[in-house]
Amino acid sequence: MQVLMALIAGLLFGIGLIVSGMADPAKVLGFLDLAGHWNPSLLFVMGGAVAAGFIGFRLARKRQCSLLGEPMRLPTASEIDRRLILGATVFGAGWGLAGFCPGPALASLLFAGTKPAIFVVAMLGGMAVFELIERVQRWSVPHRL
Amino acid sequence: MTIDWAAFAPWESLAGGLLIGLGAALFVLFNGRVAGISGILGGLLRPVRGDLAWRFAFLAGLVGAPLAYGIVAALPAVQIEAGTGTLIVSGLLVGIGTRYGSGCTSGHGVCGIARRSPRSMAATATFVLAGFLTVYVLRHVIG
Repeated sequence: MQVLMALIAGLLFGIGLIVSGMADPAKVLGFLDLAGHWNPSLLFVMGGAVAAGFIGFRLARKRQCSLLGEPMRLPTASEIDRRLILGATVFGAGWGLAGFCPGPALASLLFAGTKPAIFVVAMLGGMAVFELIERVQRWSVPHRL
Repeated sequence: MTIDWAAFAPWESLAGGLLIGLGAALFVLFNGRVAGISGILGGLLRPVRGDLAWRFAFLAGLVGAPLAYGIVAALPAVQIEAGTGTLIVSGLLVGIGTRYGSGCTSGHGVCGIARRSPRSMAATATFVLAGFLTVYVLRHVIG
């Protein structure tokens, strides 16, 4: 059941990305280009997504476990640290470069030619680099664990 | 700034946004998890027993979405201006940045703001600003 619900959630998320036009990097770049011909559509996507998400998280907050009996695994970190801001800056720079972020890149893998695949492979490479750095740091500074 | 009215699609955007939010809402209610794409994908590179099936299922839904969409309507045309080199550099930056900053447009942007998390709001403001600056430099300073 847990796996089936994950599939349905991913499917809805992906269909939403296509319906909203956000699977198209040109539209994302249209939003990020404040000084050019600005396309405010992404604000409406965020508005709709946050509104529906807000109801979901509000209902979820009161629960001890999920509707399938799983433990609630909501983020507990609240610190706004250097790591968060630096990571978000690097991500934002990459986002502005091609107009792709992780969700839309995956949702357009099967219908937008080979370019999303090139991006996704590079993104997985970036994630692997992160894992490698984390592991080396943990190994060289064991007392931090 | 001029507004690109020809490309502005408020209703499609709102409808698509509601579907994205519905997916995130169902995921937290049924699975107890945040629908953060970079975290779900990145977690595959740190495999934990019993933690892989739901990740693959969510990603299969996301990747398979155009197949389901295609049954009902024609898929929209997508315009990707970036060349191979740009795609590789941007992919690397997005991969490292989202993992180092613990989230992307979905985890921090959609779910984090819906949870009213100040940390996610700060992250979202930061990556949107970095995106604005990058596009400004590329299109109006260099380009």
